[in-house]
Amino acid sequence: MTVTAPQTAGTSTRAPAQAARRRRRAMGLRPPVWFVLPAVLLYVAVVFLPNIQGLLYSFTDWDGFGTTWNWVGVANFGSVFADPNSMRAIGNTFLLTLVVTLGQNIVGLLLALGLNARIKSKYILRLVFFLPVVLTPIVAGYLWKYLLTPGGSLNSALEGMGLGFLRQDWLGDPDLVIYAICVAIIWQGAGYSMVIYLAGLQAVPAEALEAAAIDGAGAIRRTISIVIPLINGSIVVNMLLSVIGNLKQFDTVFSMTEGGPGSASETMATIVYKTAFTYLRYPNALAQGVILTVLVGVIAFVQFRLTQRKGALA
Amino acid sequence: MNRYTWRSLILEISLILAAVVFFIPFVILASVALRDTNGEAGFLGFTWPLNFGNFGTAWTQAAMGPSILNSLMITSVSVVLIIAVSSTAAYTLTRSTQRWSKGVFYLLLVGFIFPGQLALVPLYLAFASLGLVGSPIAVILINVAGFVPFAVFLYSVFLRDLPKDYEEAAVIDGARPLWMFKAVVFPLLRPVTGTVSILTALAIWNDFFTPLLYLSGSGTQTAPLSVYTFVSQYGANWPLVFSTLIISVIPILIAYFLMQRFIMKGFASGLK
Repeated sequence: MTVTAPQTAGTSTRAPAQAARRRRRAMGLRPPVWFVLPAVLLYVAVVFLPNIQGLLYSFTDWDGFGTTWNWVGVANFGSVFADPNSMRAIGNTFLLTLVVTLGQNIVGLLLALGLNARIKSKYILRLVFFLPVVLTPIVAGYLWKYLLTPGGSLNSALEGMGLGFLRQDWLGDPDLVIYAICVAIIWQGAGYSMVIYLAGLQAVPAEALEAAAIDGAGAIRRTISIVIPLINGSIVVNMLLSVIGNLKQFDTVFSMTEGGPGSASETMATIVYKTAFTYLRYPNALAQGVILTVLVGVIAFVQFRLTQRKGALA
Repeated sequence: MNRYTWRSLILEISLILAAVVFFIPFVILASVALRDTNGEAGFLGFTWPLNFGNFGTAWTQAAMGPSILNSLMITSVSVVLIIAVSSTAAYTLTRSTQRWSKGVFYLLLVGFIFPGQLALVPLYLAFASLGLVGSPIAVILINVAGFVPFAVFLYSVFLRDLPKDYEEAAVIDGARPLWMFKAVVFPLLRPVTGTVSILTALAIWNDFFTPLLYLSGSGTQTAPLSVYTFVSQYGANWPLVFSTLIISVIPILIAYFLMQRFIMKGFASGLK
């Protein structure tokens, strides 16, 4: 305090300017508060509040049009859990998320490991594996729908290879349809996982691998004992993205089957949409939306915590 | 282990086989789009001569021209707004030492959990009461607000490691905050801006759900929406359907080939 320049003195013309500079430096950077406003206001109005509103309305009988509503407690949730189609959608969502997350990560990791080796065609191959990622998901969905129709390419190919007995109505068989959709999603997403794994593999030091090779470790052994632990971060990011993305899966399912046949391939995202805009049962759609949110939130949180613990141990 | 051995050859051959399997759906897409019902059946389902006429029919019947323009407009406006509001917000949130900034940051992060379906009905009714259903403004606002958490997060991660020296020098020289941000900070943020624009542009161009909800039946269609409407009407005519699919993805494929290097980098660095 005592060091402050005597501003009132005015003996030197430089003094006030210097004092002002010193004061500003002492305060450090003062980022303007209004910089935050456009983003936050937009987010609160379009994302945060409507979600909270949806959460509150899921405990009422509000029909989406009327001005009156009553609290009904958890009745909407009761009717969702009593509805076999909704339960099937929840089961399908879990199954699809599990199969796609495992499949996409195994394929993506294998491709990345292969492309990280000394091979000549790696750049063109990387391009081919990544190409499905940029495709619009509903376009990929229609493409696979065509491949998998009873008279479609897959069945003709099986016939041509003398494997006609394997012919299936891939999208019409309630037991197969969800797996057929998983294949389409894995085909589209494997390149995405691959790129993240490739980035992680850049951080694996060549010396560690060479040392292990000298000690007599084979390629598979080196991969399992050295590479996999070192790309832990990429694995976690990939898993988190696949799980969260697929719990909300809508586009591919909707373009391939619209949830059918019956409700055999219904997911949480497709059933919320249908309940709200086809069956016009808003209270139930909101309850389904809350269930989906809780699932995503809990799973993301658990995954996040596991990641942190792993990170602490490493 | 850096030599090209017979092991490398086996690996290379198996990867090429995998690539062929990955590529087959694209070949079939092209073969069906170019099919001539009177043509002679040939290799891989292609007919001879190739029929490019389907593209013309698809272009006019599915009204792809206007839809692609709408998609371009919605995507570019959304991405510019996302970058403008998120980079500034992230700047203040990471540079501010005040306690509220941490709270606001967490408020934004909560947005990662919401799946979108929960807010579906309330948001739709809100836009309906504003008369914005059927308007691209609704779609743009939803895109921007929806990607704010993601973009602010990526910018913050980068800003935390960015030295403050330049900013402090600019402030000492008496620069106004907005001018200082534009002239000093924003140019330094270029790598993240690249990542954010590529990832959000791809997601917004490909998005089907929001346009389906807010634009279907209106005069403004996006490319994925036109494909959907067209397929529901002409579902059986696969050559026409596939020509439409190809037209709808041409802009994004062109963008991909032009910016391939940056896209790979953007994906990898932004998500590491």
